[in-house]
Amino acid sequence: MTTVVTTAYAVAATVTDPEMPMLTLEDLGVLRDVREDADGSVDVAITPTYSGCPAMATMRDDLVHRLRDAGYADVRVRVELSPAWSSDWITDRGRAALAEHGISPPGAAPIASGPVALNLLPTRRAVACPRCRSTAVELTSEFGPTACKALYRCTDCLEPFEHVKEI
Amino acid sequence: MNEFHQTPSHSAPDPSHEDGSVYDGLLGTDSSQWAFGTDFEDPLAGVDTTVPDGVDHRMLAAYCLALADDALVFSHRLSEWCSNAPDLEEDIALANIALDLLGQARLLLARAAAADPDVVPVLPEGSPVPAEDALAFFREADEFRNVRFVEVPNGDFAHTVARVLLFATARLAVLDRLTGSRDAVLAAVAAKGVKELTYHRDYAGRWFLTLARGTEESRRRLVAALDQLWPLYPEMLATHPVEAAAAEAGVGVDPATVAAETDVVLEQVLAMSGVDRPQRASLAGVDGRTGRDGLHTEALSRMLAEMQVVARAHPMGQW
Ligand SMILES: [Zn+2]
Repeated sequence: MTTVVTTAYAVAATVTDPEMPMLTLEDLGVLRDVREDADGSVDVAITPTYSGCPAMATMRDDLVHRLRDAGYADVRVRVELSPAWSSDWITDRGRAALAEHGISPPGAAPIASGPVALNLLPTRRAVACPRCRSTAVELTSEFGPTACKALYRCTDCLEPFEHVKEI
Repeated sequence: MNEFHQTPSHSAPDPSHEDGSVYDGLLGTDSSQWAFGTDFEDPLAGVDTTVPDGVDHRMLAAYCLALADDALVFSHRLSEWCSNAPDLEEDIALANIALDLLGQARLLLARAAAADPDVVPVLPEGSPVPAEDALAFFREADEFRNVRFVEVPNGDFAHTVARVLLFATARLAVLDRLTGSRDAVLAAVAAKGVKELTYHRDYAGRWFLTLARGTEESRRRLVAALDQLWPLYPEMLATHPVEAAAAEAGVGVDPATVAAETDVVLEQVLAMSGVDRPQRASLAGVDGRTGRDGLHTEALSRMLAEMQVVARAHPMGQW
């Protein structure tokens, strides 16, 4: 007989993002820490993608439910604001899942050094259409249906698609 | 009489019915069905909000309120564009910017409340309204510490473009410095804010350029909007005693110290757009008092009346 040891981290890592359910919170990089204390309680730290991320409460509720279902009765979810979330934290598996679901994954986040430079030209990104792989794409808007996405359009297959912004 | 009229397809809930009603689920305690849960939601849950050594907690709270109120009031003005913007993309963009600012405001209001619980309006005993909401919905206009720049009513789209540009340019410079705050919470909120404001400033800068170089009419409107906003703009970069004290204590930023940097960015946009800097004097305060002192234009009272009415009608309400 084998004993399956399920850690609280492994359970928490299965919870998905409410707005992009193809990603787990781990893949999105918002799951920062899961600690099991000697008394059996679990302390989970998550970080918001954007300051106004409306999904934080749902993430917290989903984490509490999933961990309770796995037998952890005492679960606390806390917010960790620092360091600020970066799109660089999306894992390779997460990027593959995004692409598979028609969402263009982010490129490398800009490196902060000195005052932030103004950019009056459309952001230059190496973006390919997630459907036909064409690089003939145009930016429709830097703001999309969720805080973390920009809107693009493929000029070959003409389909619109979303791109996760670099921050 | 046909039966259809006697038996509506959806019967009204009868709370005494033995099988209950279809609405019972709404009254349950399982918060998982709600997008935002029904519990008290603390945006700083588990964050260490200890006030740094030697820092006056009342001053820190007052400083956080000023930063929060700028974001909250401007967020509300931007949200007034929902379903009214020139096209769907701009509607979504302005809503996103409003949401980012609302998020910053929530964190900062919660930080103010944690630093000094005395700033939070007192609500009836047992009220489930969290501190950040009490601050947003239960303060009078003269208790708000935002600059008047953010409270004046919206004009046309050009007015909003100019206002977002000026606001995001100044706030980005302030928050960029604030990332070095001795208060770890403020430093963290600032670090997130910088990333967001970078997008807001670029967005407004691009539209400013587009409108300036667009048609005669778009240019005329943009120039008029900038002229209208200009007298209010200096207040954002003026030093208020609370900001001076916060800077002195190493927790805040004196906006006057980023005025030059802000101006360089603005000049870039004006030069590329071929728009002259308006020649207008700044709007005077009253007996030296301005928005940061709680001295506001009438527009803020009207805005708050709309923003606060539902929350105030239900001080015991759960959302
Ligand atoms: Zn395509």
